[in-house]
Amino acid sequence: MSQDYAGKAPAPRVPCDVAHKGAADGGLNRREFLAGAGLTAMSAIATTVAGAAPGFIESMLRRHFKELSPDEVQERLRLLEEEYSSRFGKKVTVAATPPMENVLFGYALDLSRCIGCRRCVYACVHENNQSRDPQIHWIRVLEMAKERGIDLEEADPYYDHDTVPQEDSFYMPVACQQCRNPPCTRVCPVQATWQEPDGIVVIDYDWCIGCRYCMAACPYGARHFNWGNPQIPAAGLNTDMHVLGNRPRVAGVVEKCTFCIQRVRKGRYPACVEICPVGARKFGNLLDENSELRYLMREKRVFVLKEDLNTQPKFYYFYAT
Amino acid sequence: MRGPINFIIGSVRLVLRGGKAYYAWMAFLLALILWGGIAYVDQLRHGLIMTGMRDQVSWAFYIGNFTFLVGVAAAAVLLVIPAYVYSWKPIKEVAIFGELLAISAIVMCLLFVTVDIGRPERFWHLLPLVGALNVPASLLAWDVLVLNGYLVLNVVIVVYLLYTAFNKQPYNKNFVVPLILLSIPAAISIHTVTAFVYNGLAARPFWNASILAPRFIASAFCSGPAILLILFQILQRTTSIRLQDEAIWKIAELMAYAMFFNLFLFGAEIFKEYYSNTYHLSHTRYLYSGLHGHTALVPYAWASFFCSVVAFLLFLIPSTRKNIVTLNLGCLLIYSGVYIEKGLALVIPGMTPDVLGEIYEYTPTLTEIRIGAAIFSIGFLIFTVLCKIAIPIIQGEYSVDSLKS
Amino acid sequence: MESTSLVVLLLVFAAIGFGVLVYAVTKGSHYKQGETLRVAHAPKDYPEIEWNVELLPGLEKPAKEGEAETFSVPSPPFSEDVFPCSDCHEDMDPNPERRVLEMAHEEIVLDHGPKSRWCFDCHNLEDRDKLRLVSGSLVDFKESYKLCGQCHGTIYRDWREGIHGRRRGYWNGHKSYLLCAHCHNPHKPRFKPLKPLAPPIRPSSQHFTEPSAEQTSKSEGGHS
Repeated sequence: MSQDYAGKAPAPRVPCDVAHKGAADGGLNRREFLAGAGLTAMSAIATTVAGAAPGFIESMLRRHFKELSPDEVQERLRLLEEEYSSRFGKKVTVAATPPMENVLFGYALDLSRCIGCRRCVYACVHENNQSRDPQIHWIRVLEMAKERGIDLEEADPYYDHDTVPQEDSFYMPVACQQCRNPPCTRVCPVQATWQEPDGIVVIDYDWCIGCRYCMAACPYGARHFNWGNPQIPAAGLNTDMHVLGNRPRVAGVVEKCTFCIQRVRKGRYPACVEICPVGARKFGNLLDENSELRYLMREKRVFVLKEDLNTQPKFYYFYAT
Repeated sequence: MRGPINFIIGSVRLVLRGGKAYYAWMAFLLALILWGGIAYVDQLRHGLIMTGMRDQVSWAFYIGNFTFLVGVAAAAVLLVIPAYVYSWKPIKEVAIFGELLAISAIVMCLLFVTVDIGRPERFWHLLPLVGALNVPASLLAWDVLVLNGYLVLNVVIVVYLLYTAFNKQPYNKNFVVPLILLSIPAAISIHTVTAFVYNGLAARPFWNASILAPRFIASAFCSGPAILLILFQILQRTTSIRLQDEAIWKIAELMAYAMFFNLFLFGAEIFKEYYSNTYHLSHTRYLYSGLHGHTALVPYAWASFFCSVVAFLLFLIPSTRKNIVTLNLGCLLIYSGVYIEKGLALVIPGMTPDVLGEIYEYTPTLTEIRIGAAIFSIGFLIFTVLCKIAIPIIQGEYSVDSLKS
Repeated sequence: MESTSLVVLLLVFAAIGFGVLVYAVTKGSHYKQGETLRVAHAPKDYPEIEWNVELLPGLEKPAKEGEAETFSVPSPPFSEDVFPCSDCHEDMDPNPERRVLEMAHEEIVLDHGPKSRWCFDCHNLEDRDKLRLVSGSLVDFKESYKLCGQCHGTIYRDWREGIHGRRRGYWNGHKSYLLCAHCHNPHKPRFKPLKPLAPPIRPSSQHFTEPSAEQTSKSEGGHS
């Protein structure tokens, strides 16, 4: 499994593990020089054109996250903390917690338990600082008829009953399936999205150009675009942030579920797992034979969504009973 | 050093001189560009929420136009191939206009992509070396490369030919002929790669058919020359360019073959979809008969089909092909047919229903229409300016000598 | 004559194209003014839900290297002031007869399995502070899962492994779990239906709105 993963992972020019990063090699320096020369000229033009928004030029010239040295990452985190703290008027921490060794995250969802209450949807919004209006939901809960089984074309994500579950329906929440063979990262024209060694597909919000090719490529509707300027009330801001996860996004970039990277890399369960009133959501390390996840894969039968597309999701659906 | 400077001075003088109709036309285009430019500023301020696109249909009008125009640009080869490979005289003198059209179309393509992306100021991420262009994995990265390559290639050819003609020098065949020959595979490649952009997405069964690239090429060979035929007639009225009827008929005949092929491939796709009747059919059904009461695209889809069939018949029958009225009608019909097919009926049904079965009926907003109008105006403006320079030089009416007098 | 026909044709097609555009834009779903149903619900609309899940004491930090994982459980969900049962039952004669329940227990509706079931299938007749297994051995209310597990064996096993029921805390360390009775009323165990939170806004209603003044001040860094 891990070998399979290693074979498909994009080869980072610099290892992602910021704690163990070495100095940049010569090739990078040349690139930096080229970038520097070109960008200084461009920034001069942009200053005159844009004229406005302070920080705009700085943000425009930000470099790819994976090309930053450990020191530069720390500097970047500090600047982000300052920016968010002043914008929202409360103390914010932005971390770049690296992946753990021998960990490959997996997720499982018990379709026989889910009642479609949408607590997970809003817990996710809260935890991951999704825009409230325009509204972005990383989780879409589909209501489907028990008689028809999983038939996406007949699915209704807009059900609004007095109570759930409805007698004749079952519910299927869908978010990023964290594929082992993700079509979304492959298609990105600027390498702004990639799969981390712990299997989480992340996006560099400072590098994404917003072409939305990844959204066309995703078979699960897991990627969401900031069509407008995202609005997050300061009171509802989650101040515990990860640079590749729940930090506030800007208009014009794509975002997606990261298994709550800011939580799971510190050992916590994702927010949706903890909020689920029926305990339908399971999370753990696929490489640990004793994990809840591996147990249920042994004892229950699991399936993945659209397995014919060979995306090899690490998000499993199962029926406990 | 005199040569290039003279060429630039000559070109500027050519662009500036013109009658009332010319200036009115340019003013009209500039007004449209301004109107759309204001809409674009709005879109920059508030984001792409000003468009009708949403997560469910995340590519639409802009990318549809982009796809159509790539076809127009690629179709220039239909004229270049016989003109240079077979040295077929009557077409040779018009081939350069195909290249001018290609340049204008590619500029429009690049503009449509630019207005579609969420963070246009980060375009430098796409530059090789400076940015992080994801080749060979991303087809969109390939598209950026081939489109820009094709643009540079055509600009070099056109400028070189005009420059030598202007300075009354013989052009260097060893330099220009390889470039022209190179532009043939380049033209095929831009449309193939653009088709592959869609084709490679397993998530979207409507696009994930290997017939897509051949269909792209076939439809481009219908619509591109159709535009050229119309433009030639306008040029004949407004400039000293004269075209032999023989050339027009030959182009029309080639178009008839392309149209037949286009319809044939279309039929093959329709057969496979309807006969196998898998859940992949829902996209085609949405397009041609509507799905769950959502029928926004149905009239367009049938209009496109009707246009293509009638145009094919008009081009197939020699008497209507050689009658200028029915020929023009056919050109406009095939243009409309292909425009709908590529602009609406490719991108939107590919995303409707979306990957989780939701149907969101996309319709463009005024912002999109205005920005689209501005981009088409920029294209027309570029084509007008290029023709304004090219025609007198090619016709030998204007050269370095004209500067002295 | 020839050019006239071209001009006419061009005009006709331009008119049709323009008409279609106007139609498409005005018929489009995006410019419906005065749409009142459009409410973008957010977590703050549900103050009754604890969005920042508080962990039980002792779970605030992940397990250290080599430290054994601990499992915490909140105390059993008794109704107010009913435990210990002996407070009242000590002075009462045990009455095993099936009857209408009164006083403190009148709200209990027994709907759990076959009709023949009665209190003392699970509660211990003599020592009311204990539960009683079929074997006759007594278990604490804190271990009620042993009682439930007598019938619900596979679910009991799943629960022990963390597959059934809710866990909170650390996927690689200390976690808390719940007793069966935290989610299932033992007298009427079927999970209570819930009011679902609001559905997402439909894409056609997701049109541009001018942000409110309060929001504007928070979003000026939109380009940062």
